[in-house]
Order: sequence, then C-alpha cells, then structure tokens
Amino acid sequence: MVTGKGGTGKTTVAAALAIALATGGRRVLLVEVEGRQGIAQLFELPPLPYEERVVAAAPGGGEVRALAIDAEKALLEYLDMFYRLGVAGRALQKMGAIDFAATIAPGMRDVLLTGKVKEAVTRAVDGRRVYDAVVVDAPPTGRIGRFLNVTAETARLAKVGPIKSQSEGVSAILRSPMTAVHVVTLLEEMPVQETADAIEELRGLDIPIGSVIVNATREPMLDGVRVSQAEIRRGLIEAGLPADRDTVAGLVTEAKAYQTRLGVEAALRDELAALGRPVVELPALADGVTREGLDALARVLLNEG
Amino acid sequence: MLSDHDDRLGSPQLDVDALLADPGIRIVVCCGAGGVGKTTTAAALALRAAEQHGRRTVVLTIDPARRLAQSMGLTALDNTPRQVKGVDADSGELHAMMLDMKRTFDEVVFAHTDAEKAEEILANPFYQAMSSTFSGTQEYMAMEKLGQLRARGEWDLIVVDTPPSRSALDFLDAPARLSRFLDGRMIRMLLAPARAGGRGMFKLASASFGVFSRAVTKVLGSQLLTDVSTFVTALDSMFGGFRERAERTYRILQNKETAFLVVAAPEPDAIREAAYFADRLDSEQMPLAGLVLNRVTTVAAPAINAGSARAAAVRLDEVDGHGVTADAMRVHATLVEQRARQAAVADRFVSAYPDVPVVEVPVQAADVHDLDGLRAIGGSLTAPRPADV
Repeated sequence: MVTGKGGTGKTTVAAALAIALATGGRRVLLVEVEGRQGIAQLFELPPLPYEERVVAAAPGGGEVRALAIDAEKALLEYLDMFYRLGVAGRALQKMGAIDFAATIAPGMRDVLLTGKVKEAVTRAVDGRRVYDAVVVDAPPTGRIGRFLNVTAETARLAKVGPIKSQSEGVSAILRSPMTAVHVVTLLEEMPVQETADAIEELRGLDIPIGSVIVNATREPMLDGVRVSQAEIRRGLIEAGLPADRDTVAGLVTEAKAYQTRLGVEAALRDELAALGRPVVELPALADGVTREGLDALARVLLNEG
Repeated sequence: MLSDHDDRLGSPQLDVDALLADPGIRIVVCCGAGGVGKTTTAAALALRAAEQHGRRTVVLTIDPARRLAQSMGLTALDNTPRQVKGVDADSGELHAMMLDMKRTFDEVVFAHTDAEKAEEILANPFYQAMSSTFSGTQEYMAMEKLGQLRARGEWDLIVVDTPPSRSALDFLDAPARLSRFLDGRMIRMLLAPARAGGRGMFKLASASFGVFSRAVTKVLGSQLLTDVSTFVTALDSMFGGFRERAERTYRILQNKETAFLVVAAPEPDAIREAAYFADRLDSEQMPLAGLVLNRVTTVAAPAINAGSARAAAVRLDEVDGHGVTADAMRVHATLVEQRARQAAVADRFVSAYPDVPVVEVPVQAADVHDLDGLRAIGGSLTAPRPADV
C-alpha cells in the first residue's frame, strides 16, 4: 500500500516500487482504486479498463501489470462468483443500487476495493501465486485509515451478510505481515504533518507500516557555508561569466534561499526520523517523470531494500 | 527579478488589489487541486482585503496547516468565525473560521426539523456515516457554510478555501450529487412502502421488485436495509430543504458578486485541473477572475543561462577555492531549468485561455506560519510583473 498527501507523487512512487519488486523476473500487479487513471497517465497509456494489463517490463525479465479497480464492477464480479445473480445483478446495477449502497455507506466501497486487492494477492494457478507482489496506489493520507480499517467501517453498518464476512477476510490480510503501508512525503510542512498523523492512525489500527518515502529530495549543497558577494564575484570572473552587480547579488540571493530551504528541510527530516520507521529518500527527477526516471527511482528503492 | 525574457507569460496580469477593493465583489472562492497552497492563498487574500482595503472580511478555511491555523488564532474547530488578532487595519477586520463538516450538517438537520426528530436522525448510524465520510459532504457543507455566512450579511467580503478534493470540480458537483442522491429513485423506492404504512420494501409483492429486493437483501443484509429505510424516512421531511439550499447557494456562485480564483502550482496535474475548472466555470456562467500561479520558481540572476552555469560549475570544481561559487552555479542552473519547465507547463493554460488574467506568486523559502508571512504573500499577489516596472 502506498499512501501520501496529494501532490507528493505517491502514484509515481507506487509505480517505481512495482518496477523494483518486479526486477529479476517477478510479476507484480500495480493497482489504483480512485478512478483517477493516474497509472495510465504515468505510463502514457489510454485509460485502463477494469482488466489487468501489462504496462511495463522490469529489468531481468520482470513484468508490471496494472489494474484500475472500479467498485461497481468489483461488486458484480464478486456477486457472479458467489451468487450467480444473473438478471438480478444487472437489475441492481441498472437501478443504481450499487452506487446507492456505496454512497450511503462509503465503507462498503472500500471493502469492495480492498476485497479485489485481496483476491489478486491470493489468486493462484496450479498452486502457485499469480502475483509475487501487489502494489496499491492507495487513497491519500487523509483517507487511508478509513480505507484500510474495513472491518470497523462495515461492522457499524452491516451486522450480518456477505459484506461482513468479506470485510473480515480483507481485514485479516491487511493486518498480516503480507501488508506494508508506505507513506510518501515531501520535505514540506503539510505532507510531513500528514505523514505523522497517518502513521499514528495506522499504528492505532494495528496495520503494519512500511517505510517513510521522501520524494523529490535535492542535493545538500552549500550546507553551512557562508556565501559572500566577493567570493561569487571572484568565481564568476574565474569562470569568465558576467560579474555585474545585479548578477552577483542575484546569485547570492538564490544561494541564501537555497540554504534557508535546506534548514527547513533538515528540521523536517528530524521530524520524520522521530517517527520510528525506516526513511528512504528518492531524488527529484530533473526531467520530470519519464520511464527512465521511474527506473532510476526503482533502482534507489532496490538498493535501499 | 522574476524571469528570463522568453519565460514571460503572455496573459494579462491579474489585478488582485482591484478585485479585493471592489465593493461589488462580496465572495472570493479559491479553487484548485489539493496541495497547491489554496488555504494560504485564501488567508493572504483575506488579510490583505482587511488591512489594505478596509473591508470587514471573513475567511472560511477547510483544512489549514496547524501552525497557519494557530497564527490566525484558530486553535479550536468551533465552526464559528473568530476575529483574528494582530491585524493592522483602521477600518477593516479579519475573521477566520475552520469548517467542521459534521457540525454544519447537524445544524442543517436542526434547521429543518423538530428537535425530537433531529435527535433521531443524529443517532442513526447511516447519518453518522454519511455526515462524516460521504465523499461529497465536505464540499456540500463548505457551500452550505458559505450560504450561511452570506445570509448573515455581516461581511463585506467572504473568502472561501475549497476542500482538498482530488478534483477542483468536486466543489461544484458535490452539492448537486448529494441532493440528487437524497432525492433519488432509490430513496423514493425505499420510502414508498413506509409512506403506504407498510413495514418496508420487502413486503412489496411485485415480482420484478422481489428479485431486486432479494438481491439487495442478499448482498447487504436485511438489517442494513432496515436501518437505511428508517434513516431515509426520518430524513424525508428535509429533502426539499436540502435541495433548495444547495440550489440557492449554487445561484450565488453564478452571481456577479462572486469571483472565482483558480489556484495552481506550475505542475502538469495542477495545471490540467485548472484548465478543467476554467472550462467548467465558463459553461456554468460562473465568473472566473483569474489564475493564481503559486510556488513559481524565481531566477534572481537571469543573465546566466543554465548551460553556462553548469559548464562553469565543472570548470570551477577543478580550481581550488571556488567550491562555493561552483555550488552556487549548480543551484542557479537547477533554478533556471525548473523555471523553464514551469513556464512550459503554465503556457499550456495560458495558450488555451489567453484572456484569463494570471498572477504569479514566487515560491517561499520557508513555510508560512504567521501574519507577516501572509502579508508577504499578499504583497507577491499584488506586485506588478517585472516587465511592467
């Protein structure tokens, strides 16, 4: 499970993690649950249907497939599997009953989504698991606790019936060592605050937390050094570049702003370290998110274990 | 000091001060994707309206960073506007509030039904689920609160921050979705037998409906449906009120007294959202005042391009005593490259909406934690573009 505040790049990190886990000939399913088609955009593909599709090859013969889960279709699939509802199932859909149920009881939608994840995780052919790993681009930090705490949400609403038993099975897997929730953040105030909040919430729910993944970090240049106009001017002349007053002052302004930011980031790093989970740092991608960039992030994730 | 010559935007400059000073503008709505600095922008606009334009202003925030909330004295989430201390204004005032969506929903329930029935609704597990987790409730309640603030007529200007939805459009769509839902076919079907004095939908004799209800019962369990039915029956008297309120507020948003500002960071996702939103406002005949392009990288030494800076860094690495300048060159090159990338992204919006005024706000080195920080952003929002100086 990969969560994080909106805008921290959790879809990018989920994709890089899927590539990392597929490296060396493994098969990984990358799942999205919020209907955003973020995976398709990331890999520059047309919108994904409710169907598992190969989206990327990984080094060493591995393969990443992707699936955009649709709650309504997941329910119909589930019904077909267990109840053979046929006409009644279609009637349900036509009446908007499923949308209705999911609307009035949002926990229900989450059970269907996590239930489909559970199905993919446990699916086996000839006694062998189809997927070596399933990576979920999960809802953002603000909703992650509710999303994963399926039993509590549905127990409040469905006291008996298949939804209840479904949620219990899902809950067991989410609380087992098979699951790890990674939290993606940036070295910015709000994402760090939400990371801390999410970790506290997940701890309270007994859901296993993986790493804190700090995305888009930059090199710690000019750390603790004094930047003077005289020094910059000397350097510019040495390099044969314009050394007029505005340029020198501008460069000093830029360098000092960078140092201020480094100071803020150092304080935020300390806050993250205090959360007591492993912290993995990913570099900012200079050319935006490209396939090469994803592979580079995957290599960092592999090296960091 | 903002940019290289070719990074300059081709759109008209958004005159934020004129907007905030205009007595005809009573509501400013800040929209945009999550994580682009909407809350801070809304707070900075409201502070400036109070301090520079003498307006009695209230800012409705949704989910502010803790330290920003504290700086405005918002320590408790009590759903009521509180006057912000430390505002430097002769005639203007700044009040701030944080939205409590559950409490706002409760207030709507109390406003539309008698106390006994209201208590019954508040105790229902479905009401509790919906009022705290329905995906559109926050948007709906933000709009409801806006309607309430406006109806009180106490404010010269209401500045609204919108919920951190994944899509900026949710703010406009959620109220309609919620009222459609509460007034929808499924609800009416659940209610029909109750109205007829029956004991629930499962007593219906119709064969086709029997198949349907068996399926529903099978999947959801009959207990759950009984709870839903009870809830819906209790809410029945309020449907009209819900819909009417949502529609009334929606109409306010189409009014000339309202100005929408789309806030975006110069990143592909945020700009795409901004474009969707601009389209949508246009088709709803809602007044888009402009785009606030937030967190724009600034280049303070435009005379040196990225290539020269990178080359110089490599050369200076080989000479003793120039390590600091070499690193300063790398910092500079990264800024120039970032700026160029941002300009290309922003240009997608500008070329599609050449008439929408834009203002750029430089990225802040440190996060904003106090009124001075908000004043600085207010200053950036209203600073003339360097080209115009």
